[in-house]
Amino acid sequence: MSETVQVARLNSRGMITLKGDLADQDFQDVAVKITGLSFPSQREIRLSGEMGLAWMAADEVLLMLPVEDVSAAIETADEMLRRAPAVVANVTDARVLFSLKGKRSREVLAKLAPVDLSREAFQPGQIRRTRLAQVAAAFWMPQEAQFEIMCFRSVADYVTELLEMSAAPGTVPEYF
Amino acid sequence: MSTRLAIGGLLINRDVPVEFTFNGSRLRGFKGDTLASALLANGESFIGRSFKYHRPRGIVASGAEEPNALVNLGKGARAEPNQRATTTELFEGLEARSQNHWPSLKYDVGAINSKLSHLFPAGFYYKTFMHPRSAWKHVFEPFIRQSAGLGAAPVEKDADRYEYFYATVDVLVIGGGMAGLAAARQAGEAGAKVLLCEQTQAFGGRALVDELEVDGNNGPEWVASEVAALESMERVTLRTRMMGAGVYDHGYVLAYERLGDHELSSTGPRHRLWRIRAKQVITATGAIERPLSFAGNDVPGVMLAAAVRDYVALYGVSPGDRTVVVTNNDDGYRTAMALHAAGLVVPAVLDARTEATGALPEAARAAGLRVETGRGIASVKGTTGVEAVEVCAQAGEGAVLEAISCDCVAMSGGWSPVVHLWSHCGGKLLWDEGQALFRPDAKRPPTGAGGEGFVITAGAASGALQANVALADALDAGKNAVAALGGSASGRAPKAVVPAEEPVAPVWRMPQGAGYKLRSKAFLDYQNDVKVSDVQLAAQEGFESVEHAKRYTTLGMATDQGKLSNINGLAILSDALGQPIPQTGTTTFRPPYTPISMGAIAGEARDGLFKPIRKTPMDGWHDENGAHWEPVADWRRPYTYRGAGESVSEAVTREILNTRTAVGLLDASTLGKILVKGPDAAIFLDLIYTNMMSTLKVGRCRYGLMCTENGFLFDDGVVARLSEDSFLLHTTSGGSDGVYGWLEEWLQTEWWDLKVHCVNLTEQFAQVAVVGPRARAVLETLGGMDVSPDALPFMGFRDGLLGDVPVRVYRISFSGELSYEIALPAGHGLAFWEACLAAGEPHGIMPYGTEALHVMRAEKGFIMIGDETDGTVTPQDLNLGWAVSKKKTDFIGKRAQERSHFQDSERKQLVGLETLDPGALLPDGAHAVEPGLNAYGAARTLGHVTSTYHSPTLERSIAMGLINGGSRRMGEVLDFPVDKGVTIRARVVDPVFLDKDGERQNV
Repeated sequence: MSETVQVARLNSRGMITLKGDLADQDFQDVAVKITGLSFPSQREIRLSGEMGLAWMAADEVLLMLPVEDVSAAIETADEMLRRAPAVVANVTDARVLFSLKGKRSREVLAKLAPVDLSREAFQPGQIRRTRLAQVAAAFWMPQEAQFEIMCFRSVADYVTELLEMSAAPGTVPEYF
Repeated sequence: MSTRLAIGGLLINRDVPVEFTFNGSRLRGFKGDTLASALLANGESFIGRSFKYHRPRGIVASGAEEPNALVNLGKGARAEPNQRATTTELFEGLEARSQNHWPSLKYDVGAINSKLSHLFPAGFYYKTFMHPRSAWKHVFEPFIRQSAGLGAAPVEKDADRYEYFYATVDVLVIGGGMAGLAAARQAGEAGAKVLLCEQTQAFGGRALVDELEVDGNNGPEWVASEVAALESMERVTLRTRMMGAGVYDHGYVLAYERLGDHELSSTGPRHRLWRIRAKQVITATGAIERPLSFAGNDVPGVMLAAAVRDYVALYGVSPGDRTVVVTNNDDGYRTAMALHAAGLVVPAVLDARTEATGALPEAARAAGLRVETGRGIASVKGTTGVEAVEVCAQAGEGAVLEAISCDCVAMSGGWSPVVHLWSHCGGKLLWDEGQALFRPDAKRPPTGAGGEGFVITAGAASGALQANVALADALDAGKNAVAALGGSASGRAPKAVVPAEEPVAPVWRMPQGAGYKLRSKAFLDYQNDVKVSDVQLAAQEGFESVEHAKRYTTLGMATDQGKLSNINGLAILSDALGQPIPQTGTTTFRPPYTPISMGAIAGEARDGLFKPIRKTPMDGWHDENGAHWEPVADWRRPYTYRGAGESVSEAVTREILNTRTAVGLLDASTLGKILVKGPDAAIFLDLIYTNMMSTLKVGRCRYGLMCTENGFLFDDGVVARLSEDSFLLHTTSGGSDGVYGWLEEWLQTEWWDLKVHCVNLTEQFAQVAVVGPRARAVLETLGGMDVSPDALPFMGFRDGLLGDVPVRVYRISFSGELSYEIALPAGHGLAFWEACLAAGEPHGIMPYGTEALHVMRAEKGFIMIGDETDGTVTPQDLNLGWAVSKKKTDFIGKRAQERSHFQDSERKQLVGLETLDPGALLPDGAHAVEPGLNAYGAARTLGHVTSTYHSPTLERSIAMGLINGGSRRMGEVLDFPVDKGVTIRARVVDPVFLDKDGERQNV
């Protein structure tokens, strides 16, 4: 059997939802300015240290940043987007993050999410909004053999149990 | 009698003995055995009794098609009924028990049914149990229920765990026999991503058993080299013990992997249900041998011919010392030769064909075997085992020419391709007259979204029964799959050298002119005890459609889904109807191919993972402080907090009185909170809500209603205007996701030109309600912001700090008391909750649960979505017409509410109900009735109770109800018959029971 995949709950990370016209230059500028990352295309995520910028939907991106920087970032965004039909919202407390580490992390997630998790289909740099068993979730890969998983706060216990069960030693197939 | 041979057995390891029990007897097999082969090795060929007639039954087949050898497997938390002995791998400590007998397998009371079989013909349920009518319920049904069913249902909770696995591949190959291996290799060599699954423990299929030469190797050698070649390919995955269970639209396939069934206890999941997306599916599912329909073809010891040689070759087991082979094709001779080669006696090969001149029959003759053409079996002698066969002319009526003593009969009625997976998603079949079989029509495959086929058959599953033809077909299948992916494969077909075979002769009855007596002992469906005579009777009684005949006779409706009986049954039906077989057609092939476990279907969803429970940030505190939980949508919420020695109702009463007289604390975090922002936000909300939201002032709150297009109320809540262009919408706890989706749908599909964005912030905020006359004092004790009536008037809100926490305080009330709802980042929820309790202690603060909330809102006559509404109730019905704008040109539900029926003053309307006896509590849902009967002779109902409680505040019962023309009935007394002879009388009153002027909250 494969080596163990480690499941861990991560400390909270500052998160800001930005909804608006993704093609709008002002809108892009806000996201880029706050995160210092390039603007992502569909199903892409940019990561650097604690900073992150993820495509979430055709009208939505997610900014990740240190918790202590959120208030200032929201002020900046509100100011820059004053005239644009856009919305800025702090969602730091709405989400919970987990990490999976280990060679067989892909397999652990493939038990729960209806996503093609093969190496050619899913790689670092991509984000996928999907479900884990019965709840909504999103995940991305900071690097190979590593995932970060985001879910809503209210179902954190459920997702913890799901991931721990899925990663239980001796149960993870070698597929990918 | 069956026994273990001294040598042979490709799959068994004679160095590893395995002990198991059958009906409590300790027996021994070898690693690699199936339960069936191990039972045969121990001389056990009588395995169970049949469903209807309780006839002794034995092992017929060697694989998934087995109809008879079903056992109860395991015990306690690992008990499972109806497990096929032929697909159950032997493991140390396996416990099997035979089924459908009492008191024991050998002495069974129900076997009397067999003697009375003329009383149980096809459709006997419908004929026998008609009169007297009452007897059905009291006599017949209990009797049938008692005697129905095969195995015993487990009573303990399943000890194992199960899981899913999602995979996406280019080519999924189902079946790891010769064709599957060859097709997978084609696809694999072309670079496709391939998943090959084989339902048994070993790849190879018939190549492991039947003598053949492929590319200079014998079967097993060739299989080993193919498997090795596939294993070396990076993009090819091979799995054994994994069955393709069902093929669905868009290349979606379920495969059932049995990980723990060959061990007593494994740490991992027992079964894994693979949910596969495949661009192309190759079904290399082989073929199933057909039985022959002669009298006594169900006596233990009568087996399929190929199964007989499987047991010899794969497990080193002899199914009998003396085996008579009866066949209508050349393949049956392989069994005769295999037995002969193993040193066993084959007294005769009975060939129903008038001549047999192929290479295989000639080889049998050359080996000195007695071959009789034009012969068949009139009847098998023996009850719990074969003793002899009576030989007759196939062309005749069954006059016995001779009896041959034997202990095994190997029958071959030809082969039927396994077309199930091809057919699941709409692949069509055609009748191949020459081979007497239905095979896939490659021109009419199951089609994908673009109308192109996505399933390809390979090998015997295509109807290519002989190895050389099958391999050529598999090569094409692999190439076609690759071509469909836009690639090209150029592999060479392996060359198989096999003896040429003469055609099969269709034999649907043996002998041809069998009389009723013989036909009524010639079984088609072993598992459901359907005989040739039953199908003929069904046809005679007018069941011409194969689907009707199937249901009338139960042919093919058992757990094996007619794998052996299907073709024989419809051939008999066609014959009885005097029409060709293709005109009769087949019944529908439905997934799964063989039964899969309920556990695999449920996957991970059991115990704590059965259903996600949403928890608020304060959930842990509630749990530690006596919360008596209730589910509210997907959340769990405290119904009440029980103190030591306190009953639930005592706790609720305490919480209400404390809130009304001092101060209470409620976790309201589950409320939906949706941010709506944009230049057109006000316009949008005017369309969404029935009332006017555009006039709401910044910093103020307004109670709003949402209706469906049909004008019915579906959600309510308080809207706060955060700024000119942004609003925060509160929804019901259960409605947050639905309302958010509703808003998005209207924005995306109907009003896409509105400049508005919505964000569901339900999870971002914890929300705490501080409620009661001393609520302000508590907030002042916390300190940090001005919460005086001037700074924060009723229906206002302010942002600020309470303690150190950034909050937004809404002064809104669902209880009629002075009340503040405080929203704050969820991460601070628990700390703030505890701070409120500490600050409130001197003021007498106590937390309260949802029941106190419900009672207090009912005392005030406030409605609750789901209690006062049921999807057919309008705001006007609930006296909420004041919240439906008459000025707005449009809102969702407006047009519907203008329909005449919605204006009818006799609609059910919300009223308060005051029982004449203050102590009497109306049951929820109780109906008010008026004298007389309606057109159907039933009571004339006027409406029903929607909410009902004991009010500790008013020291009496209170209720609300929806009553016909309720508003004009004020003061009327209505009758609510609640039980035999018990009627509760209640007066129609204003639904606001407490503080009609709202003085308590305006302080």
